Amino acid sequence: MSDLTAIAASASLKKVGTRPKLGVYLRDFFKRRTFAVAFARYNLQAMTARSSLGVAWHVVVPALQIGVYGVIFGVLLSSIRPPHFVPYLMIGIVLFQYVTGSFSEGARSITSNGALVRSLEFPRILLPVSVVISNLMRVLPLLALMMIGVWAFGEAPKLTWLWLIPDFIMMTLFAAGATMVAARLTVHTEDVNQLLPFVVRILFYASGVFWNIDKMIHIHWLNVMFHNNPLHLYMAIARAGMIDGYTATGNDWLVAAAWSVAMLVFGVIFFWRAEEEYGRNV
Amino acid sequence: MSNEELTNDIGAELSSAERVKAPTFTAAGKTPVVVVDDIHLKYRVHASGKAITRANSRVKRNGRLREVHAIQGVSLVAYEGDSIGVIGTNGSGKSTLMKAISGIIPIDSGIIYASSRPSFLGVGAAMIKTLSGEKNIILGGLAMGMSKAEIRAKFDSIVDFAGLRDFIDLPMETYSSGMVERLKFSIAASREHEILIIDEALAVGDQDFRRRSEARMRELASGAGCVFLVSHSMKSILDTCNRAIWLDKGIVKMDGTAEEVCRAYSAAQGAPLDD
Repeated sequence: MSDLTAIAASASLKKVGTRPKLGVYLRDFFKRRTFAVAFARYNLQAMTARSSLGVAWHVVVPALQIGVYGVIFGVLLSSIRPPHFVPYLMIGIVLFQYVTGSFSEGARSITSNGALVRSLEFPRILLPVSVVISNLMRVLPLLALMMIGVWAFGEAPKLTWLWLIPDFIMMTLFAAGATMVAARLTVHTEDVNQLLPFVVRILFYASGVFWNIDKMIHIHWLNVMFHNNPLHLYMAIARAGMIDGYTATGNDWLVAAAWSVAMLVFGVIFFWRAEEEYGRNV
Repeated sequence: MSNEELTNDIGAELSSAERVKAPTFTAAGKTPVVVVDDIHLKYRVHASGKAITRANSRVKRNGRLREVHAIQGVSLVAYEGDSIGVIGTNGSGKSTLMKAISGIIPIDSGIIYASSRPSFLGVGAAMIKTLSGEKNIILGGLAMGMSKAEIRAKFDSIVDFAGLRDFIDLPMETYSSGMVERLKFSIAASREHEILIIDEALAVGDQDFRRRSEARMRELASGAGCVFLVSHSMKSILDTCNRAIWLDKGIVKMDGTAEEVCRAYSAAQGAPLDD
């Protein structure tokens, strides 16, 4: 034991810059959760402060997307169009955008806040969480719009619309886990940011945003793979609850919940394990 | 200043090996709050241009990857009541050392101990420039772990200390750099800190603000606290600090009373202090 270690031990000083235990880390995160919420809200305001439509853009852009995809797949490629197409597409786009938007944007949550990370000490997991909260704030009015839209296109509200609530919770947990993974990977290598758009694009086709996986894919193992991808399951459950003629099995619910819990647990642990590294080279 | 009971046991001319072994600026009977034990820190950076010279021993080259050995074996002990000035030329590792002590940048070897998590106040910190000063006060407070009620209670005194009452609802990008630093210091100083590290954050403030902030720093250090102040202003350091550390190329060149270190450093810089 060196002299300095002895001095430190005599005054019972603690080591600086070591990763706290997971329990302590999560408790500290919970104590400062208001920071994540305030950071999300202020960032949303700042993002749109200079445009004339302001916050309304967060609703207008997805509405335009639904319009574009609606025209392309509803009119031009009408042969692959599933029944009740407009509600089908609205649910698909809004939910897909929520999850993939969270982790695409959240990938940069550490690297783009370098000044903050290097100047203040706080559980870094607040930053990816804040991005998910920001996406959640944006999607809530969209969900309302989506429900009105689904209703307007012929689906009467019924009790199973409430499935949307547990479904949305599962999606949020999954999005949070995926965002944490993406945020840590981006810290290790910026190249992740170049690849993410492709991941999102592949998921877009593989989760049946605008086409029905179960009706179109007849190779069994491929169908099982596509069907059980988490984004598809979340959409399938929402559609089963809201649109006549669509169903979700108990197995679908189980697999979807398993994805959510597994992704969140993995994301938290994966992110936490590099906690002391986030100050370097960002 | 209470320098009498402090003794300096390191000279400016020690070799690197001796410096590592016997670096402590001892103060009998005082409680240590920060112990830095032989730390090294390297930055790994992707080079974006051609190297001009290979003479600089702190930069190792490996393809496009450059390794900058920013801190090369620093040891020190800070005691309660200490207020320590950190001086050195640009690029001597002052800010890096301060960020390492506060646990913001991970170190490669060595150990840092502290009685509590040090708070760091630096240039270009926690501010979102598109947001108003008011919202930045709230965010800064929340990130430091204050509750909303606590922030509300302290809000007026923070604004008044910064002297920014007229501008608090304007986005921070419209502030001058001096105004930004004033606001940041006011936010950080609104709370008690056991260990506070101030990295050149006061250099841009005006005379009046400097006087008030230095008074606040002495107040923070006079409790059970300890303050580190990185500054290029010998006057600031002499006015605020009882002790100073001179960093040069990533090692401690001198550790002693503020007066003698400032004098030696100024002489080396070719601008001796007046008596």
